Amino acid sequence: MPRVLLIEDDPSVREGVELGLRRRGHEVRAAATGEAGLAAMTEFRPDLLLLDLMLPGMNGVQVCRQVREQSQLPIIMLTARGDDFDVVIGLEAGADDYIVKPARPEVIEARIRAVLRRLDDSGPGRPAIVVYGELTVDRVGLTVTKAGRPLALAPSELKLLLHLSAAPEQVFSRQQLLEHVWGHSFHADARLVDACVARLRGKIEDEVGSPRYVQTLRGFGYRFGPL
Amino acid sequence: MTRQGGTATGEQRARVRAFGLRTRLLFAFLLVAAVSAGTTAALTYREARNALLETAQDTAVTSFRDHVQQTGFALPVLPGDDLDELLRNIARKGKPHPWVVFAEYGSVRASSGENPVSTVITPELRRAAHANPHGSFERVVKDGVPYLTIAMPMVFKASPDSVLPSGLVLYAVMRMTDEQVNVDALLMAGRDGALPGLAVSLIPGLIAARSVLRPVRKLREAALNMGSGRLDTRIPVRGSDELADLAHTFNESAGQLERSVRELREAEERARRFASDVSHELRTPLAGMLAVTEVLDEDADGLDADTARAVRLVSAETGKLAVLVEDLMEISRFDARAAGLNADEVDVAEAIRKTLDNRHWTDDRIRTELPDGIRARLDPRRFDVVIANLVGNALRHGGAPVTVRLRTEARSPGPPVLITDVVDSGPGIRPEALPHIFDRFYKADAARTRSAGSGLGLAITLENVKLHGGTIHAGNRRGGGAVFAVEIPLHAEGEGAGG
Repeated sequence: MPRVLLIEDDPSVREGVELGLRRRGHEVRAAATGEAGLAAMTEFRPDLLLLDLMLPGMNGVQVCRQVREQSQLPIIMLTARGDDFDVVIGLEAGADDYIVKPARPEVIEARIRAVLRRLDDSGPGRPAIVVYGELTVDRVGLTVTKAGRPLALAPSELKLLLHLSAAPEQVFSRQQLLEHVWGHSFHADARLVDACVARLRGKIEDEVGSPRYVQTLRGFGYRFGPL
Repeated sequence: MTRQGGTATGEQRARVRAFGLRTRLLFAFLLVAAVSAGTTAALTYREARNALLETAQDTAVTSFRDHVQQTGFALPVLPGDDLDELLRNIARKGKPHPWVVFAEYGSVRASSGENPVSTVITPELRRAAHANPHGSFERVVKDGVPYLTIAMPMVFKASPDSVLPSGLVLYAVMRMTDEQVNVDALLMAGRDGALPGLAVSLIPGLIAARSVLRPVRKLREAALNMGSGRLDTRIPVRGSDELADLAHTFNESAGQLERSVRELREAEERARRFASDVSHELRTPLAGMLAVTEVLDEDADGLDADTARAVRLVSAETGKLAVLVEDLMEISRFDARAAGLNADEVDVAEAIRKTLDNRHWTDDRIRTELPDGIRARLDPRRFDVVIANLVGNALRHGGAPVTVRLRTEARSPGPPVLITDVVDSGPGIRPEALPHIFDRFYKADAARTRSAGSGLGLAITLENVKLHGGTIHAGNRRGGGAVFAVEIPLHAEGEGAGG
């Protein structure tokens, strides 16, 4: 069972979510502030971070950026708003997914599982290491290098790249990507995809303005290549 | 739509303009000028013409009478050279113009000209000549030439105050062309004087029209500005006439309108913010409560009956409260116009099937007619909410089987529309409930104290459809059963995926 670090300032939410997840077998460590949460990271070594956006002092977006600087830890934001502005800022800061409060424990757990799920695309006869232009994707070791330099990709970015590059030149709608990469069965927010594509492009493209690897097809979605 | 309306009103306006204020004012000025000039000219003309003609007539009649009386005629009159000579003598003395003299005595006819009988003399004059011993005259126009004809009977003086006709009548026929020329000249003068007068009268007319029209145009612009929401529009007040009063009144009314609209907006803004704040504030405690409902549900079995019921009730109501708050938030976002459309081109049939699958509406309670290949630009999440809400309502308040039907329809003018019908097999919606069915917290069934939903479902559905630029109609089928029809314009192009 995954180890979850929960950073949430409201005691009742903190306690409620912790209790709900623990009942489902998760190992949960809860922190009331961003600073306390960051301090607990090294000692607790979580598999996933559940992060409230509205925190006193250091806010969730700052925590998110700081975590992203050092690690590829999966991050799910808890947002009390669900308002567009918050969500977009959090996604740009590097969160992999978000949950709008209030949420039932089964919903939270479904999201956690989806983020932690490995993309199983190691089909038979498919080479483990594929080279696309300057990009080298190791589909088994789950690493990506660009011109020999390893790239630090967040889980959602890596999964998105693996999914798109598994079928080069095939167009995926945002809805399809939400289902395959994020495991959203319901119609979730397509901005999740857009924000993730933007972050991924920032890391793999030479010019974000005219992307070479992840291309947009207006009205249809995204595709990998053609190079 | 507005553009089409614009051309229509434009034509209308041009039509109105033809009889606009300016035209009417000019017409009024012209009319006054024309009437006064015309009356003056007509009166002057009449007087001058009469004076001219009467002078000529009097001269002619008097001189003819004198000449006739000075001429001795031997009676009975016999035709012959003597008579002709006499007549020629009189004819030579014509005044003011030459005349032709005719004599009629019984059957004898003579004249100073070529024809013995004049063609100009009328029977009326002949009758008058025999009746009036002092002579009579008549103006005759023949072949466009005006003549003065004078009849002078020869009389005997029977006594100082009585005369006897002799039976001889002398006629003089005189062309009046010179007088006619003079009269025509008068007419020309009148016309030539009146026309420049009319033209000149246009200038004050235009000035007057402009002085009225400019404030009116300003007023119109100001009213248009007000209509387009710029309530701080004011008109500069000039002078102290009625138009200045109008401008002043307009400004005062505009000020009052601005004040009341501002107050209304502030009140609305406060109410909106309150609803939004309340729902935000409720979310945090709800998040804690909802997280532990599972724990309550699981452990309720091990508690004594009353506690278990209480625990299950708290758990169930917490779930409903969460839905209500979620819907309140959504409505607040619509009210604050913070709801955005994240449109994507989707296969509509696919999207509807997914909506039904996700909610496990896959049994025989639901029938679908979903033709493949219809693509439309929709916000998938919002469209999912719309369909789920309509189908959920149909199952809850209507009755199975529920049919979801998809079709497109060409519309002129405008783009073709995507129509989604949700039809149930229940008793239908009561007619008095129909107009309110999309109201917030409206309960179609008075006996139903609280529905499973928040009471905001259809209100949110309506807002979501409106956000797509579409419409939604609720009605009843003839055979019973409610029908909800969602129409959304099919946009061929638009923004694609972001990035």
